[in-house]
Amino acid sequence: MSDSDKTIEQFVQSDYKYGFTTDVETDTAPPGLSEDIIRLISRKKNEPEFMLEWRLKAYRHWLTMEEPKWSNVHYPPIDYQSIVYYAAPKSRKPGPKSLADVDPAILEMYRKLGISLQEQERLAGVAVDAIMDSVSVGTTLKGQLAEKGIIFCSFTEAVHEHPELIRKWLGSVVPYTDNYFAALNAAVFSDGSFCYIPKGVRCPVELSTYFRINAINTGQFERTLIVAEEGAYVNYLEGCTAPMRDENQLHAAVVELVALDNAQIKYSTVQNWYPGDKDGKGGIYNFVTKRGKCAGVNSKISWTQVETGSAITWKYPSCILLGDNSIGEFYSVALTNNCQQADTGTKMIHIGKNTRSTIVSKGISAGRGNNSYRGLVKVSKGATNARNFSQCDSLLIGDKCGAHTFPYIEVHNKTATVEHEASTSKVGEDQIFYLNQRGLSTQDAVSMIVNGFSKEVFKQLPMEFAVEAQKLLGVSLEGSVG
Amino acid sequence: MALLEIRNLCAGIAGKQILKGINLSINTGEVHAIMGPNGSGKSTLSQVLAGRKTFEVTSGEVIYNGLNLLELEPEERAHEGIFLAFQYPVEIPGVNNTYFLKAAYNEVRKHRGEPEVDAMDFLALVKEKMKLLHIQQDLMNRPLNEGFSGGEKKRNEIFQMAVLDPKLAILDETDSGLDIDALRDVADGVNKLRRPDNAALVITHYQRLLNYIVPDFVHVLLNGCIVKSGGKELALELEEKGYDWLAGQPRV
Repeated sequence: MSDSDKTIEQFVQSDYKYGFTTDVETDTAPPGLSEDIIRLISRKKNEPEFMLEWRLKAYRHWLTMEEPKWSNVHYPPIDYQSIVYYAAPKSRKPGPKSLADVDPAILEMYRKLGISLQEQERLAGVAVDAIMDSVSVGTTLKGQLAEKGIIFCSFTEAVHEHPELIRKWLGSVVPYTDNYFAALNAAVFSDGSFCYIPKGVRCPVELSTYFRINAINTGQFERTLIVAEEGAYVNYLEGCTAPMRDENQLHAAVVELVALDNAQIKYSTVQNWYPGDKDGKGGIYNFVTKRGKCAGVNSKISWTQVETGSAITWKYPSCILLGDNSIGEFYSVALTNNCQQADTGTKMIHIGKNTRSTIVSKGISAGRGNNSYRGLVKVSKGATNARNFSQCDSLLIGDKCGAHTFPYIEVHNKTATVEHEASTSKVGEDQIFYLNQRGLSTQDAVSMIVNGFSKEVFKQLPMEFAVEAQKLLGVSLEGSVG
Repeated sequence: MALLEIRNLCAGIAGKQILKGINLSINTGEVHAIMGPNGSGKSTLSQVLAGRKTFEVTSGEVIYNGLNLLELEPEERAHEGIFLAFQYPVEIPGVNNTYFLKAAYNEVRKHRGEPEVDAMDFLALVKEKMKLLHIQQDLMNRPLNEGFSGGEKKRNEIFQMAVLDPKLAILDETDSGLDIDALRDVADGVNKLRRPDNAALVITHYQRLLNYIVPDFVHVLLNGCIVKSGGKELALELEEKGYDWLAGQPRV
């Protein structure tokens, strides 16, 4: 037996390693949310006491809150008591048995994105036994990282192996009191990722959830925590360009980033959850709280996101610029087609002196899509010489879509410089005709125009990711013109 | 058989008739010039030939290289070797000029059943054509027409034409807005691309361009009809007399 065959066999024979014991695997909690359910979740995950307490506090706080209504999105009321908050991996609804059982529309999209058959099976949730590439890559990667003292593991594993770190940093950026969905997540989150870069270490590879086999099915309430100690650097990629099948309609994830003195975190996301059909039926509701704290001097946090999926996106990756000279960046491309709605943007909170922030937001609306940029730039009293530059551009395709910009600017220090630029443009018939005349189909023409529009943001993505994101925009816009 | 055969072509926009029965035949190896005053339908003719849907063809037919041209989509016409150098080239922000041109070039190759060229081979081709037309490198690195001067846009059109190597090039008032040096460069480029196996239709309302691109035939378009055709000397006659004397001419 060759080495690679052995690896596969070992993998096939091993049980799900992280956090779940065998007897749990048959368990599914009844629908609904109560203290008992939270106790059950914590017990099944064998969590230390402090985690249970934290979850319960979050739950009790959540009960006092109301679902936010201020965003520019519309959806029927969510029945929180009909959701199943705990299901062990193996007891989840069985996935399709083979690709033949998967929605042909999704398969067509995989084909257009050039995704291998093996990868397609994984994404569509087909019960595959082993995925060669991820296993080997994952194993090699872990060894390489451990040498440098970098911790990169599932949240559940981190709770067991590094409880002191979790205790110290969990909720330090997004407290459970923060907002309705963050409180819900804190109470019931199932798993997620934890990443810790020790002092002075530059993470040698781009960390990606994509390579983590245990990231599959981490579920609808995912939690990510990244801590970069003094002088550390990490480049983190989340998500995948291919649409993922998911049974859960509501997703409420939380991401917390902490950068200490001179540390840098670059966080890139490509989000392509199922957007629903042409009439908007069945898409994912994505209510995410992402926030980074530039806690130390000269620290830097940079968010880059490409949002093409989900029926509803409610997401504001933000930076708290606490340390002097710290830098926050937000680069975003959000695309809405058919009936998709996106209300997304950022918050830049300037607290330290000489803090700087940059916001570049590109909203693309097609079909009956509705796209809103919502951003807050706040300069606190002590933030001497704070500077912000914001640029919000909207591109409209067709005449049934909408683009909105809601910039909020609060300045409490006279030395601050805040700039805001905004533009709205439409993909012109003359532009399409020009490209048609040079031999490009209307589809390719629109794709090219949209990619040109988004270029400033794509430049921030790692090369391979950028190429995939470009393709993704093209595919997501199919049928939007002509 | 002619490369392009236009028969009794009538077309208009929003119910307004602009072309009122055009007849024109172009063979390979020929350069035809169409002259006429503002509003005579020159640009409409070029856009209709390229397939712009804002114009409606009400009657007539166009046979191009044995194909019924009016049935083809604009991109299919491009694949078959029709190139329109626009009077007002549009800006496509953020799209790199070279990247765009490579995509266009490969579309034509795909249509011909040829393999796509890779970036290296394409760059070699681009370099060669840049030399031929005296194009500056920075033009290729910039976004397509974005922030280009009028002259740069027109040079870029001719450059695209050189790379795409069309069978039939339609130049829609390529001379408008050019200073004399740029005019000479652009005309020089067009002349270098003249071959026995291709043809060009040059639309202009000044004789000036035709000093540099010497046509085999000149046609006068007036009020949607070709009222007079002749050799290159007709252009000089027009320069001298203007268009008014032709107003009473019967259509050709």
